[in-house]
Amino acid sequence: MKTRTNKVLALIGALTLTMGSLAGCGSEAGSSTASSSTASSSAAESSSAAASESAPAESSAAETETKLSGSIQMVGSTSMEKLANALAESFMEKYPDVTVTAEFVGSGAGIEAVTAGTADIGNSSRNLKDEEKANGAVENVVAIDGIAVCVDPANTVEGLTKEQLTNIYLGQITNWSEVGGADSPIIVVGREAGSGTRGAFEELLKIEDQCAYANELDSTGAVMAKVASTPGAIGYVSLDVVDDSVIALPLEGVEPAAENIKAGKYFLSRPFVMATKGEISAQNELVQAWFDFVLGDEGQEVASKVGLITVK
Amino acid sequence: MTITGKNKNKAVVESVAQIIFTVCASFAILAVASITLYMILSGTPAIFKVGLKEILFGTVWKPTAAEPKFGILYVILTSVVGTMLAILIGVPVGILTAVFLAEVADKRIARIVKPAVELLAGIPSVIYGLLGIYLLNPLMYKLELKIFAGSTTHQFTGGANLLSAVLVLAIMILPTVINISETSIRAVPPSIKAASLALGASHIQTIFRSILPAAKSGIVTAIVLGVGRAIGEAMAITLVSGSSVNAPLPFNSVRFLTTAIVSEMGYSQGTHRQMLFTIGLVLFVFIMLINIALTKILKKGAAEDGE
Repeated sequence: MKTRTNKVLALIGALTLTMGSLAGCGSEAGSSTASSSTASSSAAESSSAAASESAPAESSAAETETKLSGSIQMVGSTSMEKLANALAESFMEKYPDVTVTAEFVGSGAGIEAVTAGTADIGNSSRNLKDEEKANGAVENVVAIDGIAVCVDPANTVEGLTKEQLTNIYLGQITNWSEVGGADSPIIVVGREAGSGTRGAFEELLKIEDQCAYANELDSTGAVMAKVASTPGAIGYVSLDVVDDSVIALPLEGVEPAAENIKAGKYFLSRPFVMATKGEISAQNELVQAWFDFVLGDEGQEVASKVGLITVK
Repeated sequence: MTITGKNKNKAVVESVAQIIFTVCASFAILAVASITLYMILSGTPAIFKVGLKEILFGTVWKPTAAEPKFGILYVILTSVVGTMLAILIGVPVGILTAVFLAEVADKRIARIVKPAVELLAGIPSVIYGLLGIYLLNPLMYKLELKIFAGSTTHQFTGGANLLSAVLVLAIMILPTVINISETSIRAVPPSIKAASLALGASHIQTIFRSILPAAKSGIVTAIVLGVGRAIGEAMAITLVSGSSVNAPLPFNSVRFLTTAIVSEMGYSQGTHRQMLFTIGLVLFVFIMLINIALTKILKKGAAEDGE
């Protein structure tokens, strides 16, 4: 009798354990998405602090708006992760009852999600395609991103012209000595097909799908790591992720800097789009408030804090 | 409490247990069936759109061009050649290690080697990839600079090439090959070894002429499982192989079936995305073939043992 009870108990125990672990999985997944949006950059905090200081001026407007509650879902470009997280954080600080979640799965997937209605906003690090616009997506440019061309720190080249850069990526220039550097082969590093950065880079140079890549890496970080650790490598990444591990080359004699991009002097730049299904005015109150914020002073300040160029 | 009452309770527990077991077992079947169905459903649309011949025998992969090209011949060849080379390196090393562990090594050394092998099996594949980036790729780059010095036709890859991927794969299949081979060598009846030694054969002769042939079916299983592991690996090799679509030559940057899916899934859309599922379907078919081969070998081995 006793052993039988034990058996039954064990069975029940095993069942509860399985249930527990299944439930655990579910809640874990839930919390990880939440943390990905909340545990964003610390830069966002400082920027939002700065933003709230400038807030009092429009506090009367904000008072009525603080009643806003609900959630906004953003899905899209990984290049826009920093911007989206920073904006979400300061927006949630202003409207504590609103939750903004952001998922980073790629520009195409983001626009797909917004046209399918599974997300409120589709982040895209390129202009929308006609096909996507035909599906109802509307392009709202919220910031401009520059693309930097990086080489490893030991490279002695001082800059490239548009033509030299084009020819390097077409595989017609294969040695640094041809563009005024040391006698060392050029290792052409790029992103995978479909990447927003690659799309923007190739489009801006008008070499769509003609590039001879020696390495096609699938993230910005991987490109940075590869370029930093490989003598003779050249790669392209978003301007705001450039750090001391690589050299960002001047192009046509123009340094890759915000003021140059704003002035239109630096030719490698692209828009950051927050696409909506239909015009902003056709969105719900919450999403309209989001765009008021993002395109207003506070949002644009956040954008510049994360290394982007403002649109206003 | 009567005997019948006891039996009744017993019967209830038995049948409840049986139901639980059946439910658990059907999870596996459900998973396999739904994956198969899903792969076929999502992998076939692109075949009809692009054409099977162009997919399997086309050599140009330009999924996002204005006139997209979806040829994955090089990708398939890379997976086949890469896996074969990894097997060519990994299997001899693995089998000899297994022989060493089972026959040659004295117990103290085996006690060090065995946990090391088991640890090798437990290392996450991304770690192999990271080590590949920081150790293997720079070495390969030096080699590349020496071999192709002055070459105008070779595209320099900075060491991210087929060879790097093959070496990483070879190390990754070692634990599988070693563990299964060792088990099968240990399972060889001692009488075979004794007979060989009694006839005057040396220890080494005994190993190669008697023990290894007797452990054949187990070793073949080890090889097939090794192939399965190598062809299905993605994380480690995506970091070291360079990931450009090229013919599988040793110093070319190459893309495997697995890495083709991984590297472009994030941003793909439309036919491009469907095509990635088709690549998945091709990989799925490959792995199914390997599994069928494995089952056949195991059955044959069991039949031989039964004789």
